[in-house]
Amino acid sequence: MSMDGAEVLKRTLIEDEAAILDAWYASLREGTSLQSGRIREAELQTQAKAVYGQLRDALANGGVEADGEQYTSLREALADISRSRAIQGFTPTDTANFVFSLKAPVFAAIGKAHGTDAATLAAGTWAASKILDRLGLHTMEVFLESREEVIGRQGQEIAELSTPVVRLWDGILALPLIGTLDSARTGVVMENLLQAIVDEEAEIAIIDITGVPTVDTLVAQHLLKTVAAARLMGADCFVSGIRPQIAQTMVHLGVELNVVSKATLADAFALALRQTGRKVVRQQVSAEGRR
Amino acid sequence: MTVKSTKVETLPIRSGDDVVRVRQRVRALAIEIGLGLVDQTKFVTAASELARNALDYGGGGEVRAEIVQAGMRKGLRLTFEDQGPGIADIEQAMTDHYTSGGGLGLGLGGAKRLSNEFHIESTPGAGTRVTIARWK
Repeated sequence: MSMDGAEVLKRTLIEDEAAILDAWYASLREGTSLQSGRIREAELQTQAKAVYGQLRDALANGGVEADGEQYTSLREALADISRSRAIQGFTPTDTANFVFSLKAPVFAAIGKAHGTDAATLAAGTWAASKILDRLGLHTMEVFLESREEVIGRQGQEIAELSTPVVRLWDGILALPLIGTLDSARTGVVMENLLQAIVDEEAEIAIIDITGVPTVDTLVAQHLLKTVAAARLMGADCFVSGIRPQIAQTMVHLGVELNVVSKATLADAFALALRQTGRKVVRQQVSAEGRR
Repeated sequence: MTVKSTKVETLPIRSGDDVVRVRQRVRALAIEIGLGLVDQTKFVTAASELARNALDYGGGGEVRAEIVQAGMRKGLRLTFEDQGPGIADIEQAMTDHYTSGGGLGLGLGGAKRLSNEFHIESTPGAGTRVTIARWK
């Protein structure tokens, strides 16, 4: 008489625990994750043993639906493992293989116990396959999510790091822009600049676009908005670093930047000093000193 | 003179990141055909405008980039296509400072001024196709 697949799997996991675990350890040992030195064998075995125990318990309580409630703690344990692997820099294959390498030992154990009963063998194998595939995919999903989180965080860090507001002199700020100016970054830029104008009691802010590769109408619009906001805060705004090719392109586009603009940051700074009543002079060297 | 296209590739325009990718690809192709720095910048800017139009007004689409050759002259041709609501009055849309969104209203006219060839066709309800080309 053939048995229910979940029942077959459950019994096999309980009766053959030692053999399956040994075979699983062996296949994990052969995997690349150990050889890369990112994880120790003892740690790997502890994780494997914990996952195995939870899989056995989940099977005892629930069926083969790995999305079900009984599998919650197992899924969370696997998620933790995947997350730590994503951070440690494991490859996706290594991460997925942690679960998939359990397949061969389990199939072998089912085959050994029910080799003569084709129907039972098929049912048990199918149940094991279904659960382990689902769990393997789950580890991949978590792995990718963690990677995306890392990338997203880096993106935010870059956005903040790449828009520093620099104090050039009392009341004179510079904002060197680098990279693509999209709506999200403009928000960060504007916020940083306006806050710095308040903090530094700035009279003049210089926006330097030397590092912006393409100035299209959207970038121009964002620039104009930033300038307008700074003006509302009582600060004058200069734009500097408009390269020749950008200048020609902007003329053809028909964009009029209604602001004082200078070719280089140095020119803009000199103008800012003049406007705030300062002058840069070369030090007078005495006749004696010159000799 | 017959114009033959040698290298054809299609890029999707689905997000703001895609617009950046289109710009980078167009710049690489412009360098490949030997456009000067000013012409590169002009054409990349035109591509940026049209890609963003396809995204913002057309709800996304794609661009086909091809290197074209007519005799000894090489050029770059871009075809932007979207399946958006289309443009009812093209003449009005081409007018500087006219915008149906929140932009400056210079994108279409600017793209025309930045390219050697400009062609636009649009069917309300079916989509818009804009073709631009720049010759070396």
